[in-house]
Amino acid sequence: MTYLVQQLVNGVTLGLIYGLIALGYTMVYGIIGMINFAHGDVFMIGAFVALIFLASLSTFGLSLPIALALAMTFAVAITSLYGWAIERVAYRPLRGSFRLAPLISAIGMSIALQNFVQISQGAQPKALPTMLAGGITLLSHDGFDVELSWIKIAIIVVTLAVLAGFTWLVTRTSLGRAMRACEQDPKMASLLGVDTDRTISLTFILGAGLAAVAGLMFLLYYGVADFFMGFIAGIKAFTAAVLGGIGSLPGAVLGGLLIGLIETLWSAYFSVAYKDVAAFSILVLLLIIKPSGLLGRTDAEKV
Amino acid sequence: MRILRSVFGAGVALLTCALMTPTRAADIKIAVAGPMTGSTAAIGAQMKAGVTAAVDALNAAGTLGAKVELVVADDVCDPKQAVAVANRLAADAVSLVVGHYCSSSSIPASNVYAEAGVLQITPGSTNPQLTERGLKNVFRVCGRDDQQGIIAADHILEHHKGKTIAVLDDRSTAGKGIADVVAARLSARGVKDLQRGSYVAGERDYTALVSRLKRDGSQIVYIGGYYTEVALIVRQAAEANAKFTVMSNDPLMTKEFWNLASDAAQGTLFTFMPDPTKNAAAADVVAQLTARNVTPDGFTLYAYAAVQMWANAVKRAGSFETAKVAAALRAAPVDTVIGSLQFDAKGDNTAPGFLVYRWHNKVAEPVP
Repeated sequence: MTYLVQQLVNGVTLGLIYGLIALGYTMVYGIIGMINFAHGDVFMIGAFVALIFLASLSTFGLSLPIALALAMTFAVAITSLYGWAIERVAYRPLRGSFRLAPLISAIGMSIALQNFVQISQGAQPKALPTMLAGGITLLSHDGFDVELSWIKIAIIVVTLAVLAGFTWLVTRTSLGRAMRACEQDPKMASLLGVDTDRTISLTFILGAGLAAVAGLMFLLYYGVADFFMGFIAGIKAFTAAVLGGIGSLPGAVLGGLLIGLIETLWSAYFSVAYKDVAAFSILVLLLIIKPSGLLGRTDAEKV
Repeated sequence: MRILRSVFGAGVALLTCALMTPTRAADIKIAVAGPMTGSTAAIGAQMKAGVTAAVDALNAAGTLGAKVELVVADDVCDPKQAVAVANRLAADAVSLVVGHYCSSSSIPASNVYAEAGVLQITPGSTNPQLTERGLKNVFRVCGRDDQQGIIAADHILEHHKGKTIAVLDDRSTAGKGIADVVAARLSARGVKDLQRGSYVAGERDYTALVSRLKRDGSQIVYIGGYYTEVALIVRQAAEANAKFTVMSNDPLMTKEFWNLASDAAQGTLFTFMPDPTKNAAAADVVAQLTARNVTPDGFTLYAYAAVQMWANAVKRAGSFETAKVAAALRAAPVDTVIGSLQFDAKGDNTAPGFLVYRWHNKVAEPVP
């Protein structure tokens, strides 16, 4: 029993990290119907910016909460700038062209970002010493202690707070209304006075900011960053977004949780080596039964 | 006008110089191939540093009467890349390839080299299959996993008798190979209830695996794998408060392991060849490398020795031809920076030797 609880804690933490990244995919898809394949690499940029700031901040001897808050601020600010620039350079010139064009330029952007970081930061994994050590023992039974570390608590709290914040932003603010208007019909929205270019730009900035938060959490949790980390994390998060119903914010987090839990529980009770097979088999089954994903809406095709 | 003319004249002179240089002496190309990028890059850097220093020494001394030019090739520890790299080096007509590192790269690449008649000396691929297939052009300076695994298993049996043991691998050629050797040896010497498992390399999250080992009450976990994943497992085990000791194989001989695992690395055991930096024969080379800000750790001197072996054999054979050099390599022992080195008929080091090391306060120290 304690073992199951521990594995659930592991799975939820992993799943929420996937969910944080998946939020960025789902927001961009929701608004312009495009898969931003460079999003995994924006997440990687976020992790590197956080790493550079944490490494240089440690020389000033700041206390931990201040250092983390500063690193978070810098990472979000700089990564958002990347998000804005990527949209400006790679996607806006292609808006209105055929559907596959921005997809291809997203893949190109992904490769460009990877190579940029590989050349500027080196090809080896970069390490960050443990910053948030320790935690609490949740349960203890039969000689097995369920450990809940501070960093796991931080990941859970931050993801849920970010999800709540973004749901509020999309459903309650004027920016959210503009985003939903662009999602339904960009041409009509612009006729009614919504600045679609600005709305789309802001969506990319917000998505990149989310990726930076995920990058910082990932870095604090695992303690490594490398130029290639965005690829696997991006694929998993994209899968999570599809599983949850792409375009839906709670769906992204739910999909991430589901993938994290399947991977962890499969590793816990069956084979560690075949956890991806389990996760993706369930994805295939679920999409056969419910093609729009868990919380996705099926768009009625208007004729 | 006069100035212009003299500038033009200087240009012509420079151009002739530039055109003349390659024709002066036939350059000999040799290559170092290994993981220069990716999650095993720290070891590629060791190999590159060793080979570069050896080539510089050869050129400075003029031992071979020809300038040796070094080509660096990156296989990212990936079999497909390794074959591509091997084909390119074969087309480049290199005389020697020092490499690769990952056995899963060295073995497929060795087929390409055998076909093209290129000499291959690996400083670090330990999987037995590399030299077991009767190829005449393949040599290895390091030891083999059927020796390394026995040393590891015997250490566990001697120092950790009666503890609960798990053996894991990353499903790579080298990792699975050595984990199988360790598990077989442990079973043969009477260990029952051995947990055997594997994990996926390249992941970041091993918390599920660590919790599983904790539940099973594992006290000693042997891992056949590479340093990045082992570091993550060790780090996540410390975080989960799982108190087991990890023992692993030769890739752990790099500072990067300590950097990645930070304090959780304390007490991690691994096997490696004897540390050659303390050899009297290596003193000059160690001083040279240190002057270049290179720490001569891990495979650095083994890569250096590979070039020394080759240069010595070329001199004795009086030719760069692969068949003649290979015969000379098998013929006699050579004094290298890692001590007297001799190859047997298969191309293996006749007296490799493995020791057990332990990470302790940022230093890998031999366990008595």
